[in-house]
Amino acid sequence: MGFSGWRVLREGLRGHTGWAPLWRAATPKKQYDVLIVGGGGHGLATAYYLAKYHGLTNIAVLEKNWVGGGNVGRNTTIIRSNYLLDGNQPFYELSLRLWEGIEKELNFNAMVSQRGVLNLFHSDAQRDAFRRRGNAMRMHGTDAELLNAKAVRQMAPFLNYDNARFPVHGGLLQKRGGTVRHDAVAWGYARAASALGVDIIERCDVQGFDTTNGRVQAVETSRGRIEADRIGVAVAGYSSEVMRHANVRLPIESHVLQAFVTEGLKPLIPGVITYGAGHFYISQSDKGGLVFGGDLDGYNSYASRGNLPVVEDVCEGSMSIMPMLGRARLLRSWGGVMDMSMDGSPIIDRTQVDGLYFNGGWCYGGFKATPASGWVFAHLLARESSHPTASAYRFDRFAAGAMIDEKGQGSTPNLH
Amino acid sequence: MLERPDGMQADALQKMTEYAYQRDNLRGLHRELWFHEQGDRAWLVVTRNTVTHEIVKVEFADEVACHD
Repeated sequence: MGFSGWRVLREGLRGHTGWAPLWRAATPKKQYDVLIVGGGGHGLATAYYLAKYHGLTNIAVLEKNWVGGGNVGRNTTIIRSNYLLDGNQPFYELSLRLWEGIEKELNFNAMVSQRGVLNLFHSDAQRDAFRRRGNAMRMHGTDAELLNAKAVRQMAPFLNYDNARFPVHGGLLQKRGGTVRHDAVAWGYARAASALGVDIIERCDVQGFDTTNGRVQAVETSRGRIEADRIGVAVAGYSSEVMRHANVRLPIESHVLQAFVTEGLKPLIPGVITYGAGHFYISQSDKGGLVFGGDLDGYNSYASRGNLPVVEDVCEGSMSIMPMLGRARLLRSWGGVMDMSMDGSPIIDRTQVDGLYFNGGWCYGGFKATPASGWVFAHLLARESSHPTASAYRFDRFAAGAMIDEKGQGSTPNLH
Repeated sequence: MLERPDGMQADALQKMTEYAYQRDNLRGLHRELWFHEQGDRAWLVVTRNTVTHEIVKVEFADEVACHD
């Protein structure tokens, strides 16, 4: 049954007795046309778009834990499409357009809030680089505005404008960027996919692939063997561990990224603000907590927690650009495990095993990509060819020297 | 980790691509290179647990290279 204002009123009058679970608790069948490994945002979006737009309904999503418990519920909820390179920008713009229509599409309130993303710059050289990026965005049909210091001061009067070392010269603003309620994205896709007949199977750990004659036949799971014609893996953070079962070695390292939230405060920060001289970014949740983060811890890690030197580094960044944060109390910090790829860009491609497809390497940009990632992965699984906006996200780009390296760091995953 | 492929071999492109871009990315015990930048500037081979962050073993990279 659909959600609406009328429905809320009706349930209010009936003592809220008519609400049902958002998706069916499915038990695994013996065989599926398409299996998606990973019930995070990307996997659920893939299943939904396959069922809705590609006419496939015999689909299951296998989730090791519970839906919403992985990185889709651990990120800082930012959406934006402010990339420079041709291989990236059309894909992230597709994603932002899908975000703009996601609540109608899923009949679910994901609290999409286009409150703007402002990247600050602090030198003439950085202004030139941001102007170039803004122009690249506009040439791809994306919105971008270059603000001078006065305009930034009007938007965010609380920044540290008098910092002698890193004065605020201005910022690149994408007004259509913003934030989305992250768990609602997982729940919304799970509910909509389940309603179309997709089996969402939680507590189902994939422990191996049966790949007879170079073709994937089935997965071995903690809930038994499940056969499938095609299998898509979308388990970013744990990609190497899952793909190792199929003897696929990846250009990926797992790293931990920390995030922080303060106590709830009155409305203070108008959108998302990123500091151009240190790695620090911040926004304010609808509950009032200031949500912020910074760099990776810097060494390979599968621990969903970080260490104190990075906590100190992030807080130093915050005090440098936003000294008032010293008065806010930190409520919580946590870590998420990232697939860091060798050029900082994702991979959505077939593998050397027939019928086995891979979606991963999202670095720390996975959340904003969720709808487009599902859209193009569904396209790849259904039609066996890359979607035009994801045609650069191939495994062979490393051997070919066609990296999509926004930061120009080379194959040093901890620096992207 | 320490065995750089020979760039003059016939299969150098494939070997170099694997060497530069592919990773085992193990969950659990993992060997990696660290540079002791603020100490004696030695290269070290550190065996570390990527789940618990426990450091299990530290060796000088040149000694590891001689033994391997």
